[in-house]
Amino acid sequence: MERFTLLRMRTNSGVICMIFVLFLCCTTGKCKLQETKPTNSVSLDTVKPYPNDIGEPQPYPEEEKGKLPVFTMNYSRIQIPFEFTLWILLASFSKIGFHIYHKITIWIPESCLLIGIGLIVGGIMYSVKEEPPAVLSSDVFFLYMLPPIVLENGYFMPTRPFFENVGTVLWYTVVGTLWNSIGIGLSLFAICQFEVFDLQDINLQENLLFASIISAVDPVAALNVFEDVGINEQIYIVIFGEGLFSDAVTVVLYSMFAFLANMPAIDSEDVFLGVARFFVVGIGGVLFGLLFGFMAAFTSRFTNRVREIEPLFIFMFSYLAYLVAELFAISSVMAIIICAITMKYYVEENVSQRSCTTIRHVVKMLATISETLIFFFLGVVTITTVHEWNWAYILFTLLFAFLWRGLGILVLTQIINPFRTIQFNLKDQFGLAYGGLRGAICFALVFTLGDTINRRNLFVTASVAIIIFTVFIQGISIRPIIEYIKIRKTNKDLNTINVTIHTRTMEHLLCGIDDLCGQWGHYYWKDKFKRFNDRFLRRILLRDRKAESSIVSMYKKLELQNAIELLDTTMGDISAAPSLLSLQDEKKEASRPKKKFKATDIKKMHDILSKNMYRIRQRTTAFTSKHSLPDDSQTREILIRRHASIRRSLRAESFREQPAQNISKSLRYYSLQPGGNLDSALPLRRRSHAIPEVDRLRSSGVSPRSSSRSLIPMSKLNTIEERRSPVEASVDSTHPLEPSSTEDHLDEVFTGSRVRGRRAPVPAARRRGPNRVDEDEDENVSEGQGEERHLPPRGWAPENRDLGANEAGNSLLRPSSLRSQRSWKT
Amino acid sequence: MGATQTHSEYQYENMVGKTGFSTEQIKNLHMRFQQLSGNEKTLRREHLKNIPALANNPIKTEIIEAFFDKRNQLDNELGSYEEIGFEEFLMVMSHFRPLSIKTSEEERTAMRRQKVRFLFNMHDTDGDGKITLEEYRKAVEELLSESGTIGQEGARAIADAAMLEVASTNVPNLGPDDFYEGITFEHFEEILKDLEMESRMHVRFLDMNTANLRCGK
Repeated sequence: MERFTLLRMRTNSGVICMIFVLFLCCTTGKCKLQETKPTNSVSLDTVKPYPNDIGEPQPYPEEEKGKLPVFTMNYSRIQIPFEFTLWILLASFSKIGFHIYHKITIWIPESCLLIGIGLIVGGIMYSVKEEPPAVLSSDVFFLYMLPPIVLENGYFMPTRPFFENVGTVLWYTVVGTLWNSIGIGLSLFAICQFEVFDLQDINLQENLLFASIISAVDPVAALNVFEDVGINEQIYIVIFGEGLFSDAVTVVLYSMFAFLANMPAIDSEDVFLGVARFFVVGIGGVLFGLLFGFMAAFTSRFTNRVREIEPLFIFMFSYLAYLVAELFAISSVMAIIICAITMKYYVEENVSQRSCTTIRHVVKMLATISETLIFFFLGVVTITTVHEWNWAYILFTLLFAFLWRGLGILVLTQIINPFRTIQFNLKDQFGLAYGGLRGAICFALVFTLGDTINRRNLFVTASVAIIIFTVFIQGISIRPIIEYIKIRKTNKDLNTINVTIHTRTMEHLLCGIDDLCGQWGHYYWKDKFKRFNDRFLRRILLRDRKAESSIVSMYKKLELQNAIELLDTTMGDISAAPSLLSLQDEKKEASRPKKKFKATDIKKMHDILSKNMYRIRQRTTAFTSKHSLPDDSQTREILIRRHASIRRSLRAESFREQPAQNISKSLRYYSLQPGGNLDSALPLRRRSHAIPEVDRLRSSGVSPRSSSRSLIPMSKLNTIEERRSPVEASVDSTHPLEPSSTEDHLDEVFTGSRVRGRRAPVPAARRRGPNRVDEDEDENVSEGQGEERHLPPRGWAPENRDLGANEAGNSLLRPSSLRSQRSWKT
Repeated sequence: MGATQTHSEYQYENMVGKTGFSTEQIKNLHMRFQQLSGNEKTLRREHLKNIPALANNPIKTEIIEAFFDKRNQLDNELGSYEEIGFEEFLMVMSHFRPLSIKTSEEERTAMRRQKVRFLFNMHDTDGDGKITLEEYRKAVEELLSESGTIGQEGARAIADAAMLEVASTNVPNLGPDDFYEGITFEHFEEILKDLEMESRMHVRFLDMNTANLRCGK
């Protein structure tokens, strides 16, 4: 059994890998479009060493002779996109490789592995004297590689913790980056004054420029680790925000220092202007981000008729924000982050569920590709580029980067702590300091340094050294260290309804307490914003402006998740999911989630018990049906459900074996003719499949459903109920209908078991009476009986049979459901 | 009960030990208390209901009840007060003290427990030590009362689902038709055990005198 599931998992992941590769192959076409333009302009001269003499001459001479070439090859035409695709594929393949044995990535961060692969590829290229692609020119990086990464960060930023800690995050980011740049720059400049090191030709501006480059933290690796070990939210968000905004700050600083480095002399006025510019750039970025974010949100209000291109608007608007910001030379990183944060909330409510998924996937995918490529190229370039090794400069760079980072965190924390309610202790500070890895941004920036810098190669070498050092040493050791010193940990995502409810309760409570104390606390402002949002923003930006509590959305999310998983697991056929989803979309069931509940869940009473989420849904039905609510739309639900299942069963038919055909025939029959006909038809079918195994199993206490796949589907439904019934049947004998009567009175059992299933709370409560409170029980009885009135019409019962039938075909599911069933009983 | 001006210093000292607030915070809160109660020694429900800022809070009745709930005081009795003095007011407030770096591990756990208990008491309106489905539904309904669209039915469904979630996490062997009567405190703790209460359920109590800032309220 264990091995079985393992095997299935293997194949599953294999399939996913394959799909991913195919997907990638398809989508790289798109990336090509994006990325070719720059390579055209920049790398034409560098990238094609030999095709010129092999590829081009061939077609032309033949054409001159006037004969139709049978076979031609025009490599140079496709060379750039072609090579680019291959690079992406290579990088992506290595990524797949790491995840085949996923334990590797637990101990060694992915970025390390990518750099490692890059080093190997670089070594190969170096030995065959091949030049690396010149993808990392300034324009390519800033216009094409950086935006996806930043967009992803902004889009997936955990909003609530961020805004709760926004002051701290900005403090660490802005002041911390400044602190690092200036500190490292000045101390390196001091080192350069020593004649022994042979570094006198590096002036102050260049040192500052270099320092600003290497003070950009890129904590992807650290964040992965933090997420895995479940570190406390505050540290996580500070590191996250630091990575996010330090890009912005660094880019600003970089452009400022790059400008200064080219100036012959600097007076104090320039310094002042530089500071002013710093703020203009930052705040301008924020404003542009807000502008385009709201535009995107507003646009998405009207895209419901053109669902196909809905996701596109998101990308175009955020890219537009980036480009326009770039146009005015203000912080484009800031603009795209703010744009993503602003629009996300509104857009995700406006667009359809599928578009939302698409957006998320594409954002993730683009960012992953960019990042993978950057790290990969880092490895390649490390080998192939020209280095200038200066022990003193590189070692001192490492030392100062370390020192100033640690010092900065210590000092900045001392200043910020009194303003924080949850203060950072020493361990937290260590985590913060140690999480400051350098990465992609730093690497890309240093490669975009102009040739006017006379020790450019030294800077490249030093940057690569510090990246590799931090990524490898710190990246690998951060997990053991964090686990060793036991930094305060917190929950990961708690996707339970209860937690959401209580989080909300707490928020309201705290807001209330704030009000009671007459203070204008954090929650006061949050509340104020929420009101403003509900009153104005949502009205303008949302198509459907029902204010939705986070509890409701969480609830719906869980619902949806369950629905998808249900379909996935049962059918092994993902294509079924969208159809149901779109149905739900159309129905707009937002206001009555309970209905959805009913529709989906009675389907799968058994195979889902092994999973936690399932169990919740499972129980919920049992529970809600106990206190049944008026149910007017049920018939419609049944209809929809039936259609879906008929469709699915038809589809599934093709790969089912002998008995299955039988089933599907009857399926159609049953689903089309509900009611009385069913019952007469059932025993017939049942008899033709009378299986001794069923009896054996039943006598051993296992429900008949657990027999082989040849068991016909309708018995499945019974056992859904029967499985329950043995639980109470052992104690409670008030019901005349025992599971054993299935064989001959199947119709009776069928209805009987249904009733019994529904009535179940009564005996159950009674049985538990001794150790429980009695009054509850009485109430329960009445409710249980009251429920009976709401029993569904018989016509809907065959539905379950359909599902059972599908399951019968799916032998993979059988063992797990059987097992869960057993554990259920014990 | 209320601190008279002559004994105030002594009173404050006493309360510092009991509640863990600093003297300044207590002074501040005392001023607020007097402001709320109209310089009377005790505070009644009407006083709190009249706070304009609180009017929009969906769970304001629960919050106000919590202040008059005897379970939130030290002696942990059942029942509720008609009016509370400053000390009781302070005790309730003390549930929302933030942690500081110096707080030891045991204190943390104790404080956490205290906070969870406070939440639990808020939901357990009849004080029988269980949050029954009815109580839970009512709580969720109130919580969702602002977003009118979801309606009562949705709130009930959510409460039901949440209840089942509790049941399934706490009583794994509960048969699908067994009846789960209500969330006991232990179960309540269990479902919230992964939630970092210490860092969430706290209010920053001002240290300095900000009476002039408050006049708007």
